[in-house]
Amino acid sequence: MESVLLQISARRLRPLLVVLSLVVLYRGHNEPGGGFIGGLMLGASLILYAMAFGVRKTQESIFFRPVALTAIGLLVALLSGLPALLAGHVYMTGEWITLFTGSLLELKLGTPLLFDLGVYLAVAGMLTLVMFSIMEE
Amino acid sequence: MSTGLLLLVLFLLSGVAPLTRRVLGNAAGWVFALFPLGGFVYYLSLLPGINAGALVTERFAWLPVYDLDLSFYIDGFSILFSLIVLGIGTFILVYAGYYMRPYPMKGRFMGYLVFFMASMLGVVVSGNLITLFVFWELTSISSYLLIGYFHEKPEARSAALQALLITGFGGLALLGGFVLMGIPYGTYEIQALLADPGLIRDSNLYLPALLLVLAGAFTKSAQFPFHFWLPGAMAAPSPVSAFLHSATMVKAGVFLLARLNPIMGGTELWYILLSAFGAATMVAGAWLSITQTDLKRILAYTTVSALGTLVLLIGTGTQYAINAMIIFLVVHALYKGTLFMMAGNIEKVSGTRDITRLGGLFPFMPRAAVIMGLALVSMAGIPPLLGFIGKELIYEAKVQAPNWRFLVIAASFFTNVVMVFLSLRLWFDVFAGKSPGYAKPPHEPSTALVLGPFFLVLASLVLGLFPTSIATPLTSSAVLAVSPGIEAVKLRIWHGFNLILLLSALTVLSGALAYRYRHRLIALAEKVNLRYFAREFSRMFTASIDRFLVFTKRQTGNIQHGYHRFYMMTLFVVASLLVWGVIWRSDPLMLELDFSQMPLNLVAVVVLIIAAALSAVMAHSRLIALIATGVIGFGITIIFIAFSGVDLAITMIMVEVLMVILAVAVLYHLPRYVKYSGTGARMRDGLVATLVGGFMMVLVLQAGTSQLDTPISEFFKEKSYSEAFGRNVVNVILVDFRALDTLGEITVIAIAALGIFSMIRLTKKNS
Repeated sequence: MESVLLQISARRLRPLLVVLSLVVLYRGHNEPGGGFIGGLMLGASLILYAMAFGVRKTQESIFFRPVALTAIGLLVALLSGLPALLAGHVYMTGEWITLFTGSLLELKLGTPLLFDLGVYLAVAGMLTLVMFSIMEE
Repeated sequence: MSTGLLLLVLFLLSGVAPLTRRVLGNAAGWVFALFPLGGFVYYLSLLPGINAGALVTERFAWLPVYDLDLSFYIDGFSILFSLIVLGIGTFILVYAGYYMRPYPMKGRFMGYLVFFMASMLGVVVSGNLITLFVFWELTSISSYLLIGYFHEKPEARSAALQALLITGFGGLALLGGFVLMGIPYGTYEIQALLADPGLIRDSNLYLPALLLVLAGAFTKSAQFPFHFWLPGAMAAPSPVSAFLHSATMVKAGVFLLARLNPIMGGTELWYILLSAFGAATMVAGAWLSITQTDLKRILAYTTVSALGTLVLLIGTGTQYAINAMIIFLVVHALYKGTLFMMAGNIEKVSGTRDITRLGGLFPFMPRAAVIMGLALVSMAGIPPLLGFIGKELIYEAKVQAPNWRFLVIAASFFTNVVMVFLSLRLWFDVFAGKSPGYAKPPHEPSTALVLGPFFLVLASLVLGLFPTSIATPLTSSAVLAVSPGIEAVKLRIWHGFNLILLLSALTVLSGALAYRYRHRLIALAEKVNLRYFAREFSRMFTASIDRFLVFTKRQTGNIQHGYHRFYMMTLFVVASLLVWGVIWRSDPLMLELDFSQMPLNLVAVVVLIIAAALSAVMAHSRLIALIATGVIGFGITIIFIAFSGVDLAITMIMVEVLMVILAVAVLYHLPRYVKYSGTGARMRDGLVATLVGGFMMVLVLQAGTSQLDTPISEFFKEKSYSEAFGRNVVNVILVDFRALDTLGEITVIAIAALGIFSMIRLTKKNS
């Protein structure tokens, strides 16, 4: 499929979609969003690119393979339960730290977010894994 | 130091063994041997206490929920067995380190050996039937790995599988027997069972429990008619044959019977079953060994015969029988381990194990010939080796046997004559006579390869020469443990002139005569075998397994037909029929459907969805059907938004879009519609669809009306921010409250994705 319209929009939209997917991932804890949706968006951005430029070019433009992405995602999700063990709680208890306390920019980070990151990566990875192998000629 | 620690160390060692190859190189055998040696010394140090009447027990919590502990129970019998396992194991590791040099993956082999050693030690020190069972199965698995070590040879693979299937089947029966045994006691602790043996003996579970346990023990210890896997197991490298298939693992069944003797023994049934199977195995093993020509197979059949003797002795159960059993156990482990190692050595230096192609080796390897000769003297039961004492005790036990005395004596006499005959044959046909000419001139095997045989024969000699001061302390507690209330017999070399000595003399004489006329004897045996025993058990077993495989293949073909649409249909029909069944039997559903409150725009959406569904069904092209289902999806998304399920709506949009893209990508590869399904098939599909759609509708309606106790959603709403610091309840459930579920789910989709990936890869590669 050689379409200039598609190619230009895919090229312009991809970084936006990646950032958007990260935003969706982060805000998921308090507002609609989350790792699953974010992962789908990330995957969709890559699929869009692949539809415009072909799988091989997309593969070359990213620095990881979908299989690796899936594996890393699973690993991150798995490891996110470990800090709880170190703190003496049950595996996968949510542990939180707050950065910049008191200042205007208060940032709460917790292992559930890390877990969500794992979901995000795994979902994006498996989506692209399947799509790329089907679309590949 | 303790048993638990020792086991842990051994299991860890087996895990790291393959990695140490580069560091240790050829010294691996020596280094590994230090571990069992340490264990050997430890158990030896326990012995004086045990002999004074103490018991060593250890207990580690394992599955407290099921009241199951990893407990160890060490009495005289466990000690004796541990010493055999670890003592012979030490030499086997040294031997294997040298023996396996030319073969690949030596590190892994050593790991398997150590793994087996740990499992076998676990069997003999277990204080709990369930722990014993676990270790028991581990020995079967390590045996499988070791027999199949030369896995590029098909006969090694099939022998390994055969051994695993038979011992695995026995293990299953054994587990059933153990569970039955545990029922009257409410515990699996051996100590508790030993304290009150009457409980199982008098319960009506005794018969099934006994039969199941015997099935386990008989398969493991290669009793007739399960004996055939043991000669097959000779496909394993020689260190394995010497260790597992003569000295230790095959004795696990004997160990179990002896261990359970105080609990289940003493009944008529026990006596009859054990004596019958033991005697049959003893004679069959001896008979079948006559015609063998492969050194290792000769030894394997004599091992079968020895195992039969041991079972027979346990079954007889008299004072002399139990004493003879214990002594013969040690005797056999010592000489058979030696002989197998020597068989491996002979093959190594001469290139063959076929006794008809061997001969005249004495000038090349006098040292080895002397060691092997001494082991054979022990096997023949000639003084001053321990084998003589063992055989004397066996004869004594037979002479005092309570029933069928002459039958048992005759069987025993025949077996011992065969042993003498084979001892002569194994020495003279290998070392004497004239050399048939070897490809390479044979040489003395290196020291490490004869070290083990040397020490084992030495042990046999020392024990035989000092029966009272050395052999008695080793074995007296074992006798007591196997049969409480029986005293250990005073071990002596010289019993005076009596019937037993006469029997011994006759045995040796007959054996010598048999050797003198060996050609005629072997020819006769072959003729008889051909005439009456032409059907080999091993072949019959393989054939029945093959037939079973054909059967399962056909069955699987019927169920797993490979048509995705029919899988779907099966799934849908079964699921919907089940649910319809429940709906049918439940109270009639009271519904109050009020459409007056429904906003007009939603009505429009619903109409759109219905129209899209209809056009999807009617469509004549896949693409149109696909787009129509996409419309349905978006319609549902709008409904979600209308009811403020934003999370769901976003997910739904993403999924719908991606599904369409995916489907289009797949469609591209499909052929055009050529043939439409017929009216019948359409009616059928329509019926299935209606069934499924109908039950979904009823379920949804019912879910809206029925009120469960307290919806869990309240809990989540309440705790979401206070405990998990998140306002998005759906997300908090996913990543915090139910994170483990989510982890499972993403693992599943990852596996599914990998499956799709590899399937597509595979078809691409093939085409």
